[in-house]
Amino acid sequence: MKRFTRDEIAQRVARDIPEGAYVNLGIGLPTLVANHLDPARDIFLHSENGLLGMGPAPAPGEEDEDLINAGKQPVTLLTGGAYFHHGDSFAMMRGGHLDICVLGAFQVAQNGDLANWHTGAPDAIPAVGGAMDLAVGARSVFVMMEHQTKTGESKIVEQCTYPLTGIGCVSRIYTDLAVIDVTPQGLRVREMAEGLSLDALQTLTGVALLPI
Amino acid sequence: MVDKICDSLAEALAGIHDGATVMIGGFGNAGLPAELIDALIAQGATGLTIVNNNAGNGDIGLAALMAAGRVRKLICSFPRQIDSHVFDGLYRAGKIELELTPQGNLAERIRAAGAGIGGFFTRTGYGTLLAAGKETREINGQHYVLESPIHADFALIKAHKGDRWGNLVYRKAARNFGPIMAMAANCTIAQVSQVVPLGELDPEVIVTPGIFVQRVVQIAKASQ
Repeated sequence: MKRFTRDEIAQRVARDIPEGAYVNLGIGLPTLVANHLDPARDIFLHSENGLLGMGPAPAPGEEDEDLINAGKQPVTLLTGGAYFHHGDSFAMMRGGHLDICVLGAFQVAQNGDLANWHTGAPDAIPAVGGAMDLAVGARSVFVMMEHQTKTGESKIVEQCTYPLTGIGCVSRIYTDLAVIDVTPQGLRVREMAEGLSLDALQTLTGVALLPI
Repeated sequence: MVDKICDSLAEALAGIHDGATVMIGGFGNAGLPAELIDALIAQGATGLTIVNNNAGNGDIGLAALMAAGRVRKLICSFPRQIDSHVFDGLYRAGKIELELTPQGNLAERIRAAGAGIGGFFTRTGYGTLLAAGKETREINGQHYVLESPIHADFALIKAHKGDRWGNLVYRKAARNFGPIMAMAANCTIAQVSQVVPLGELDPEVIVTPGIFVQRVVQIAKASQ
């Protein structure tokens, strides 16, 4: 069996983003998706700190400290892009104006519950940022994550054990093993890594999966 | 004649008292009013409640203010950073209080204060730890959490250009919290890269009208 690489997962997510979509890519793994969007198609990347039409990283030496993304890395603005303040930016996120957001996750439950902001460990410094706003506000919430933890436990679970980010908010899950839809009937497999059987995927996943 | 331009940072910060609630603009370092924060450290006010999206970086700016023991409480959405060691240490030692707020609630609570809203229902955070103990309501089949406005005594923000009436324009993504914090504070102090004559800012593009700004101070270009 050949697991999808991080770039292949990103590529797979990018394929599901249609022209004209307003999209927020969360920090971490989801930022890779930007590298796989076809520049010939108009897709509007939103950055919560106040950008629409966010472009790629600037050439070395062209960085501008006033032009950064949500991960605080230097970016550019595409022709036609816009700047706005935080009130407007989060109205875009919370008011249902974004078509898609792509988030990383610690766990996703079979009903679409998402846990991605806090491990709950007593000495952890909790930090939430815009995750809860995106979880409830974007029309579709795509999660992009490794299928299993480093110790081999499924990150797709019956019920999240980590503190929740949002309830029933995830629409689709992209992992290194599969693409899975969250549906009212349960988790439905859309695609699997090459050489992986549904039975094998089922064994590696914490909850029952519906076939393709 | 109304002239909100201050001649010095010290003059701009006059009157910030111990125990004040102070909003500080910026997202990471973009829009962070670094010179005003340094001047606030020199000014000496302590027991402050600080409202900022983050909890300082490295050992400068907001991190230096916290390291100096001036901050009693921080209201923010994302304290954890690669280089937030000052906050991390104070938090783990129980020497600073943290009110963690989803970022959109932070923005909307600030905006609400500026707009005279007594509270608002939002879907953000429903069913999570960050809504624990808060009033909830079902509206048209959706679950909402009641959130309260955040008022401040002072707001320290960074803009690009300002005039003597306090009209401001910003630069790129450094705008972030500036416009809404300016609305939510009794006294908003804006550091600008350039003070321009009245009339030079195109009224069509002024982002923060002067009614929300009480003091403007120009920072020498070299330090920008």
